[in-house]
Amino acid sequence: MSDTQSPDNNDAPKGALAKFLAASPDSVGKTIFIAVAVCLVASMVVSAAAVSLRPVQETNRLKDKQVNVLQVAGVFEPGIDVTEAFAAFEPHVLELSTGDFVDDQFDPATFDDIAAASDPELSVALDDDPAGIGRKSKYRVIYLLRDDAGDLDKVILPLHGYGLWSTLYGFIALENNGNDIYGLQFYQHGETPGLGAEVDNPRWKALWNGKKLRDDAGDLQITVAKSQPAAGPEFYIDALAGATLTSVGVDNLVKFWMGDAGYAPFLAKLQAGEF
Amino acid sequence: MSQTKKEMLVDPLVDNNPITLQVLGICSALAVTSSLQVSMVMALAVIFVTSFSSFFISCLRNQIPGSIRIIVQMVIIASLVILVDQILKAYAFEISKTLSVFVGLIITNCIVMGRAEAFAMKNPPVASFIDGMGNGMGYGLILLLVGFIRELFGAGSLFGVTILETVNNGGWYVPNGMLLLPPSAFFIIGLIIWAFRTWKPNQVEEREYKIQQVEAH
Repeated sequence: MSDTQSPDNNDAPKGALAKFLAASPDSVGKTIFIAVAVCLVASMVVSAAAVSLRPVQETNRLKDKQVNVLQVAGVFEPGIDVTEAFAAFEPHVLELSTGDFVDDQFDPATFDDIAAASDPELSVALDDDPAGIGRKSKYRVIYLLRDDAGDLDKVILPLHGYGLWSTLYGFIALENNGNDIYGLQFYQHGETPGLGAEVDNPRWKALWNGKKLRDDAGDLQITVAKSQPAAGPEFYIDALAGATLTSVGVDNLVKFWMGDAGYAPFLAKLQAGEF
Repeated sequence: MSQTKKEMLVDPLVDNNPITLQVLGICSALAVTSSLQVSMVMALAVIFVTSFSSFFISCLRNQIPGSIRIIVQMVIIASLVILVDQILKAYAFEISKTLSVFVGLIITNCIVMGRAEAFAMKNPPVASFIDGMGNGMGYGLILLLVGFIRELFGAGSLFGVTILETVNNGGWYVPNGMLLLPPSAFFIIGLIIWAFRTWKPNQVEEREYKIQQVEAH
């Protein structure tokens, strides 16, 4: 840089800052100064944004989950007060193996069962893993919905499993007999738009309403398939056209979570009228 | 400066469009255009990031050391992108779920870096801001065009409002499922480039080679 030191530089004396700004940007000192200054300013902007927006973001996440619980239970209407409607649902932390609530150990309002699935203390590795989830949390947060008289109306159970591209996270709503399905809904997935993502299609979701999990002998019969199995139409959901692997994934994950490794102990207690 | 400010803003829309002429920023144009609403938000995010990153980089242009030039630009761009991502997560949660990683990938969008390096490092802040905004708009224009075609014919709707009732919902329209998949955007962008170059033949590049005519012996 030859032109930075012009010979007829008469406007000295300058302030320290002006001298610094006029110095060649390629000097070592200035390179380090600019690097540090830019990083400091940038990190301050980023962390200020992250910290100040966090409460709003947390509320969004929570609200999103609540809306999904409301939707699967069939009480969601656009424009309702989500927090107020959600207050009708009773959250509980359920120990899967025993089918008992362990609300004294964990706070149902804050327990994160998805995060717990990667905590060795709170989860088990699955050998038989049709849902493709690797590890299963020993505890899940479930919701009970009671009618005005205080009798159990519906139970909302979370479930997840692998489809074609992604893990599908959702809820299933069961009637108070623990066997009739009220609805199934996924709140997060990355399946192919127009094909696998049709799990979100209201017409397909409506197929689940009124189906049964188990037959009279107590065998799990619910099936998502292309053709009706021998068990009968009340256990059969038509697979999604053009989305074989997503349908297989949904079939697997519903069977897994409704089976013995999933909610079967809880559902047995539910049918015995314990709640 | 050879260009007026208005030219800087309008030129990148058609005459010097970053996607169709410079063929930059294709990857995100494939990924986020399956619905118009998402395309719109992505376009706004990129306009914000290109204009402000160009502005700030231009403010610092005489102070940025040549040896760490690109890194300094990246820090500024990345901070702005994180800012956009955080704001979307706070105030447009549904859309941020759909956009997921693609907002973060604006950092690597060649258009942003390209304008920073080619324009903002040599021009004053206001001009750089306008240039960045123009290029962001050029990108956004193509995004909206592609999003319009893909959502209308792939899902039968625009901005989520049903226009063509699809068979799945009891209507008559059999949607073209391929349009919802990223590769379809390749075809659409290709067709748009073809249309632009037919309309403005001076955009056609010279051939890198010529088939020679050899006299028969």
